[in-house]
Amino acid sequence: MTDIIIKNLPILVVLCPLMMSLFVVLIPNTFISWVVTLFTTLITFIFSLLLYQEVYQYSSISYALGNWIPPLGIEYVIDKVSIIPIIIITLISFLTTFFASKIMPAEINNSSISKVYSLWLLAIAGLIGLVTTGDAFNLFVFLEISSLASVALVAMGAQKDKQALVAAYNYLILGAVGATFYVIGVGLLYGITGTLNLADLSSRITEINDNKALVAGFGFMIVGIMVKAAVFPLHIWLPRAYAYAPSAVSVLLAATATKASLYILARILFSVFDISDTLITLTLTYVILPLSIIAMFAGTIMAIYEKDIKRLLAHSSIAQIGYITLAFAIGTKASVAAGFIHMFNHALIKGALFMAITSMSFYLNKRITINTLSGLGRAMPITFSCFVICSLSLAGVPLTAGFISKLYIIKASISAEGVWIALLILASSALSVIYLWKMIEAMWFHEGPKDLVIKENPTVYIALLMITFLNIYFGLDASIVVNSSFEAADQLLGVQK
Amino acid sequence: MISLETYIFITILPPLFVCLITPLLSKNENLRDALGPVGGIISSYGAIEIFTAVLEGKNISIKLLQISDGIFISFDVTPLGAIFGLVASVLWIFAAIYSVGYMRGNQEKNQTRFYTYYAIAVHAALCIAYSGDLLTLFIFYEVLTFSTYPLVTHKQNELALKAGRLYMSILVGSSVIFLLPAIIWVWILTGSLEMSKHGVLDGYLNYEHAPYLLAMFAFGIGKAALIPIHKWLPAAMVAPTPVSALLHAVAVVKAGVFTMLLVLTNIFGIDFLSKTGASIWLIWLASFTLLITSIIAVYKDDIKARLAYSTISQLSYITLGGALASATATQGAILHIVTHAAGKITLFFVAGAIYVGAKISKISELNGHGKSMSLMLLAFFIASLSIIGVPPMAGSWSKFFLMLGAAESGYLFVLIVFSISTILNAYYLMEIPARAFFLKKEKEIKVKIPVLITIPTLCTCLLTIILFFAFEPFQNLTSIMVK
Repeated sequence: MTDIIIKNLPILVVLCPLMMSLFVVLIPNTFISWVVTLFTTLITFIFSLLLYQEVYQYSSISYALGNWIPPLGIEYVIDKVSIIPIIIITLISFLTTFFASKIMPAEINNSSISKVYSLWLLAIAGLIGLVTTGDAFNLFVFLEISSLASVALVAMGAQKDKQALVAAYNYLILGAVGATFYVIGVGLLYGITGTLNLADLSSRITEINDNKALVAGFGFMIVGIMVKAAVFPLHIWLPRAYAYAPSAVSVLLAATATKASLYILARILFSVFDISDTLITLTLTYVILPLSIIAMFAGTIMAIYEKDIKRLLAHSSIAQIGYITLAFAIGTKASVAAGFIHMFNHALIKGALFMAITSMSFYLNKRITINTLSGLGRAMPITFSCFVICSLSLAGVPLTAGFISKLYIIKASISAEGVWIALLILASSALSVIYLWKMIEAMWFHEGPKDLVIKENPTVYIALLMITFLNIYFGLDASIVVNSSFEAADQLLGVQK
Repeated sequence: MISLETYIFITILPPLFVCLITPLLSKNENLRDALGPVGGIISSYGAIEIFTAVLEGKNISIKLLQISDGIFISFDVTPLGAIFGLVASVLWIFAAIYSVGYMRGNQEKNQTRFYTYYAIAVHAALCIAYSGDLLTLFIFYEVLTFSTYPLVTHKQNELALKAGRLYMSILVGSSVIFLLPAIIWVWILTGSLEMSKHGVLDGYLNYEHAPYLLAMFAFGIGKAALIPIHKWLPAAMVAPTPVSALLHAVAVVKAGVFTMLLVLTNIFGIDFLSKTGASIWLIWLASFTLLITSIIAVYKDDIKARLAYSTISQLSYITLGGALASATATQGAILHIVTHAAGKITLFFVAGAIYVGAKISKISELNGHGKSMSLMLLAFFIASLSIIGVPPMAGSWSKFFLMLGAAESGYLFVLIVFSISTILNAYYLMEIPARAFFLKKEKEIKVKIPVLITIPTLCTCLLTIILFFAFEPFQNLTSIMVK
């Protein structure tokens, strides 16, 4: 039995949430549907941990779907690179599901809860599928599954605020444009090479020289994925979607959705195409690098002037995505590894910050703006402490996970490009302290309303405590994250063709 | 038999426990107030054991955990650290007793909060003293800053809050903008944050870049109070006097110059500095700071403000000693940490005693009140002699070594700077007892100084004399440091 599970892990990790999402929708009781969802995400997380073990035993696992041998059949590939986003997605989705138990019923009608959980699992399945698949067209399918499920989830926010419909519509249109671009790119590449298998694609691309269609196909693919990954200036769907989605959904999306797309971006740039190729070098230095730097500052500055806290955190995410793409754009092994380190740590940080803000809006039962934060620090000491710790982590203070990310990004950028990028990174993180301090100051130093009495509920803060603990743990013992990321970068860039 | 590593914990943990237990005893004042002195005695015991072990040439180090490649949380006692740890823990005993007398005599509010943060600050200072790498050092450096913020703003009025903002923005700002990047720079160059006796940068750092890295350290270590980042120290004087005495004359500022010396000797290395001349600009800046702040001190009428500027000037002696990059001058700088600490804490104790006993905080109001508090002013007089550098007070030794070092390395203008500053020292410190004893009294004041204030003040005053005669172990330890 265990043997069969181990053998089929690459597909089980996708199938488990996918199948359960179809089952959850049939459960009428809200509590039971939550329990089933939680159980599913837990199992998926355990599967991903087992996969981690497997990957480090065999270095790469290939799974032929339905025993159709690749490159003809669809292949699922899990290697040291893809295991990182898988762990991120499954870990965060488990913690967020746990967190959602009280939050979800407060915002969604009882009759729709099981549907929301069904979509929830569908989105998770889509994201995991996106990462595991080794087939360009299958990737498109999962991209659409996860986007459509996320759009529907965002739209569920309309039960509280009608703005959610606009946000979801925006997300839908831009997401569809992104996906279409991607599929056009895939079509062009298929036309030239005659294959959809990513590994096969990559070996055939090297044989083709100077083909305009190849360049066009690459461009379409990259732009499509950059929309999904919310790389500046293709990010405009993100702040609104995060801000008006039901709170628990914001947590899930903020911590996982863009990470999967960022992984795909890295895959296309470094593994399908080749880093030594001039096309890639040009894209990295003249497109992604400048855009990342603009994103770092634009996101941070927008966050400084934003009053609505969920939007503020969303803007901050754009800046943080900028750090990750910047690390990719530098294109050395150390910098790509630093990108993966930050991908993991940022998921923990942003997940925790969204959770903290969500808990606050849950107790106050209204949208959180900078003004409603007043006095919350004293009224909710546990949530506030977690919020402060994770803010420190975002700012990159030693002993937190964020410090490790900044350290490796800065180190990689200095050894590759010299001091100026490092200075820009430092400047942008110094700016980020402004908006973080603005929130902390409002929570702790501003007088709250007189009748502000809140009794913190353990079911709400336990998940927050866990994710905060992880922030500190990975700040104290970063060896697992750092080593895995370096192994991933090795595998991604290793074979220089 | 207790292993040597355990003594590190015997020294650094008591203040942490004091901080944790104090809030629980807020109802039982006597028990709560006894915690500080008891903790101080235990800490000092550990610090003395460490001191003697290091003196015997033993190596005490412990790695607590590894964060990533070359990044640790670790303790490793250098001779410099052993000295600073001993100074901070021994003076904590007296300062803790003094705080009780001061806080009660002055009927301050929120005493429990005060003792709690006071203990954390001491804990942070001791951890800085024994830290084995730059990251551990940086973390506790920041802990020290944050733990002293509630102490500086203790009075919670507009003035204190404003001073607190200045205090935090300078100290946190300088350390985040300059110190942390400098540390990361060292890590990138050498792949490790550990320090070594002869410096770690030789062979890694381009000679032309050395002055810039040193500048990032010098301005990043805001606690060493070089111009133009010295403003936080006078601002911090709004705090109750025990804070000014232990923290802003000993723990915090000495943590600053300690870090500075450690960076100069164990990161750059004396040989590397003298070979590259990277620290020549720092000699000039420190001399400038030293003179200017001595002059400013002359014009300050508030006793504590005058002492604060005097402290800044004395800190620059230490930075200057390190920057001269010669063995003798470095020895003098390390010794000055000890002798200045004993002298300056006494001066602050007396300033606080005068405030509690007679509600006088201005020098011009002191006229003729010498007789009614003669014991305190005598202590002030003796401690002043030590700061000025008159034998048989401890301060004469360190000044002697500093001047010898300056002469050896051929910086004659430094000698002149020292002389001018000594004259200024004598002028602005001696004015206080002189006015009190020789001028005519304007009005009668009833003076009542609590015994819990008098005793620790006399003890630290005695220390300045004892240190003159019991000087040898310190000198031996510093020669291990620079050998």
